[in-house]
Amino acid sequence: MARTRRGLIGALGALALGALALTGCSSGNPLADDTSTASSDTVVVGSANFPESEILAYIYADALSDNGIKTDVKPNIGERDRYIAALKNGEIDLVPEYTGNLLQFFDSKATAQSSDEVYSALQKATPTGFEVLDQSPGQDADSYNVTKQFSQKYKVTSLADLKKVSVPLKVGANSEFATRPYGIPGLKKVYGVTATLVPIADSGGPNTLSALLKNQVQLADIYSTTPSIKQNHLVTLADPEHMILAQNVVPLISSAKASDKVASVLNTVSKAVTTDELIEMNTKSSVDKESAQQIAKEWLAEKKLF
Amino acid sequence: MNWVSGNWAQIAQYGLAHVWLSVPPIVIGFALSVPLGWLANRFALSRGLLLTLGGLLYAVPSLPLFTVLPSLIGTRILDPLNVEIALTLYALALMLRTAADGLASVDADVKLSASAVGFSSWRRFWGVEFPLAGPVLLAGLRVVSVSTVSLVSVGSVIGVNSLGFFFLDGYQRSFPLEVWVGVIGTVLIALVFDGLLVLAGRALLPWTRTGRRPRGIVPATLPGGEVVLR
Amino acid sequence: MNSYSQAFAWLAAPGHWAGPSGIPQRILEHLGYTGLTLLIAIAIALPVGLYIGHTGRGRDVIVPLTGAMRALPTLGIVILLALWIGGIGIQAPLIALVVLALPPVIAGAYAGLESVDRSVIDAARSIGFTGWQVLWQVEVPLALPLIVGGIRSACLQVIATWTVAAYLPVGGLGRFLYDALPNQDYAQMLAGSLIVIVLALLADGLFALVQRLATPRGVAAGRTPDVGTATRSPTRKDQTWLAPEEA
Repeated sequence: MARTRRGLIGALGALALGALALTGCSSGNPLADDTSTASSDTVVVGSANFPESEILAYIYADALSDNGIKTDVKPNIGERDRYIAALKNGEIDLVPEYTGNLLQFFDSKATAQSSDEVYSALQKATPTGFEVLDQSPGQDADSYNVTKQFSQKYKVTSLADLKKVSVPLKVGANSEFATRPYGIPGLKKVYGVTATLVPIADSGGPNTLSALLKNQVQLADIYSTTPSIKQNHLVTLADPEHMILAQNVVPLISSAKASDKVASVLNTVSKAVTTDELIEMNTKSSVDKESAQQIAKEWLAEKKLF
Repeated sequence: MNWVSGNWAQIAQYGLAHVWLSVPPIVIGFALSVPLGWLANRFALSRGLLLTLGGLLYAVPSLPLFTVLPSLIGTRILDPLNVEIALTLYALALMLRTAADGLASVDADVKLSASAVGFSSWRRFWGVEFPLAGPVLLAGLRVVSVSTVSLVSVGSVIGVNSLGFFFLDGYQRSFPLEVWVGVIGTVLIALVFDGLLVLAGRALLPWTRTGRRPRGIVPATLPGGEVVLR
Repeated sequence: MNSYSQAFAWLAAPGHWAGPSGIPQRILEHLGYTGLTLLIAIAIALPVGLYIGHTGRGRDVIVPLTGAMRALPTLGIVILLALWIGGIGIQAPLIALVVLALPPVIAGAYAGLESVDRSVIDAARSIGFTGWQVLWQVEVPLALPLIVGGIRSACLQVIATWTVAAYLPVGGLGRFLYDALPNQDYAQMLAGSLIVIVLALLADGLFALVQRLATPRGVAAGRTPDVGTATRSPTRKDQTWLAPEEA
């Protein structure tokens, strides 16, 4: 069977054109950046790269679309510096946040401690063009945890007690812990404790836990709503100097998208997000292995907010 | 397996995204490699320059390239273009040497014969050299295809989600099944692409099926001016 | 271009050259990991490749298998092993990267042996060489450039993938990338990449040299440019793993 060169070139040309069309024309590509083409009333919800943030992002998005607002979700963007940058250049419009860490991000010298102090300081510190809506009663803070044996052996129940510990201290946490004010630098500055970081990229998940249980790290940064803290009888160290601020869940949104309707939907959602609810969502994620979308759908169906 | 059926929509969504992210780099990388491969063979200077550049490019780790592209070319942070451009560069780097070598391997006598019967260099290239280099080009393209499909997953680290999302999500929740889904999905896509390339090769390079070597083929001109390879 | 000057400023800062997370320590870690990975991979892959090339047996199994192994996504395999083995050591990524380094070494070895002219082997046999002697005194010396070529591409791959593997809690140059990512610290990411690139190029250059030294003089002189281009062994010595696996 003979083939003509025209056939060959034609086929390759078609392939090449197809590929160019794929990259050039965003409508053909499900991953293309929708924000540039989508009508300006679509609210794009971003999330950080850990399950709870993804669940909250889907809850926000589902709640908004249940109320007739067009939404799109961009999960798993990364850590705070990345998704805030994406928010600032308009690639996302809305992201679930935590009051204390966000305040320290905008204002590294913040002195507020309690939920209400932190929230009002955060309202002032949020750059123009962006705003935080009502905060949730639910909190999820970074927390330093040790095993029960370690706590008993070295008589440690508070971060202040760590100074007396003679063995070198390793902390298992995400890599940004090396630079955050509540991480390694804060430990040194606030409590005079020297520790080294073992970067474990699961946001205090099962791998961090296993390193702690095997004593490969002595301290683990685990988010306070993680069920594994109770399950493994870990001792969460007290923070008498309030190095870690109050961390209520709060939606951070660009003002342009914060219409009254959007704000009222999200405020209704936020009111229902309690710490216990957060723990339950995390249990569904880490124990039952449900996806963020599923958990969000179930939660909204169960709460009947709208 | 319950998890797979329960999350089928998400698996399909990220699988499709994976395919969409892989195809443009493979095709564009290949399309660019042929003229550049020709250029590399044309002059001694361009050969050294292009092949060294290709080697250099391939040594760049993918993660920083994905991340740094926005600040270099002005794309946005979450733009899938960052991943696609980076992967196109890798595909090109990988394919360039193969293209140059494949084109160079075409028998000089065949090229001379084509010129002797009156082929312009443009027609000689597309009608003789390019098809005769076909088997080598195809072999290179298959490697590019496999490596691109596998590299796409790294984009998930910067939020350009594909099946790689399941690696990271599975790690964070210590859930090997989810990671397996991502790995198997990636391998399946790679195998399907490879199968398609082999089929395309059989259709477009029919002489390779007979087991005869390409250099045994003599191009002849038919009345219509078409070159037929037999 | 601004990010480049920042990257060089980062490289020039003396603070980044000291301590357990300094550049020299990270380079040493990276080299150590790479060397260990290569040694183990060679110890496994070379005998397999030589066996296939020498006997022609097992080719139908190994060739498609190594081809399919190239489709395995590094990050996924590394994470899968990390979940399986647990803990924070280098075992998980080490095993994953050894597995991923096997195909090029195996392919280099069998392609090298297969590229040896049949008549040379027959001649050796006819003057009374045993199979073992044929392998070590004829086939391996003649195949050495291709064998080294396989190891060379494995080496490049291993250097590159240890940076990806730093998603897990291990050291090496990938730390500079993953630690800078959360802070959008482009300077450190670029600087880290530059070090990886330089390391990869140095390693590649070193192997190119070894490959040249490994080429028997008679082979280098007698090699015609298109030996076996149409069959499995490519003309390129350094990318044997590009060899098409046509049935």
